[in-house]
Amino acid sequence: MLSVIYLFLVFLACVFGLLSGNSAAVGAAALSGAREGVTLTLGVAGTICLWSALQKLMAAAGLTKFVTAAFRPILISLFPHAGRDSQASGHIAENFCANLLGLGSAATPPGIAAVRRMRELSGSDRATDEMCRFVVLNTASIQLIPATVAAVRAEAGAQAPLDILPAVWLSSAVSVAAGLGAARLLAGLRHD
Amino acid sequence: MTELLVPLLLLAAGCLALRRQQDVYSLLVSGAEEGLGTLLALAPALIVLLSAVSMLRASGFLDWLSRAAAPVCLFFGIPPELLPLMLIRPVSGSAALAVAAELIASHGPDSTVGRTAAVMLGSTETTLYTIGVYFGAAGIRKTRYALPAAAAADLTGFFMAALSVRLFG
Repeated sequence: MLSVIYLFLVFLACVFGLLSGNSAAVGAAALSGAREGVTLTLGVAGTICLWSALQKLMAAAGLTKFVTAAFRPILISLFPHAGRDSQASGHIAENFCANLLGLGSAATPPGIAAVRRMRELSGSDRATDEMCRFVVLNTASIQLIPATVAAVRAEAGAQAPLDILPAVWLSSAVSVAAGLGAARLLAGLRHD
Repeated sequence: MTELLVPLLLLAAGCLALRRQQDVYSLLVSGAEEGLGTLLALAPALIVLLSAVSMLRASGFLDWLSRAAAPVCLFFGIPPELLPLMLIRPVSGSAALAVAAELIASHGPDSTVGRTAAVMLGSTETTLYTIGVYFGAAGIRKTRYALPAAAAADLTGFFMAALSVRLFG
């Protein structure tokens, strides 16, 4: 999928470059873009490493347990069936917590385990309403502090890299609500 | 008040960890080391993707796309420069990061376009990839309404990103 997209982008750049007479600039941009990739990687390195260190500290401080406990009532109301199953509810809580704290890669294993367990409970290859809700919760970002974005902003010389937080929280909250609302609506509309 | 967030989080998490008799300093160092691993995994993709995005910018395609999409985007209050980011966001996380980084660098981190790009990236996810991984790994074939519901969340996120940047400045 990505291979086709990548080649399509390069193809577009070549065609538009030739049509607009910018072909020399396109050729130069191929190399300067790659250099920018290195600059960006180095520029965000400090923030990403510090954030990763802070995450490790938060996990050791028991913050994940605190967050899990705080959100337990919401999770149980969203997943009434899976919430009663100790295995599934554990995976769901762990996944939710990792998403909230922005531990992207740490969210995937419990997320997969949660969907697998929900599948065992349902015994069919058809997604249940709870599975759909769970996936929507994972595709609509619920991350509290988008550290990578902040790192990119800091590298570009932003005044206060984290001053976008209120905007991020508002749009995350509304988009999660819209996703769950759409799921509820579609669950009622379609009986397939 | 967000400017002290990181120092205060460090202090609070550090004190709590210390009370649980954890080696705070070693945790920090090993966490930073894991960060280097994340970065190393991300760098090659960023390099080849930024090369492609820069070519697209230089060819004039991105400007053409913004102009072509301007009527629809402006109707929803979204700066048309953000269309490439919205198109790539559900497909690839690293490509979206490359596109957003290019937008933030070329328009400025505190410009409306730069801020909206950052908020969009921070409040949406790699939807198609996530659905594929979760349902694929669990052997769910009939995904029912998961994709349209997730798409509704994404579109709302894009719209809200532009709106909230206008609201909060």
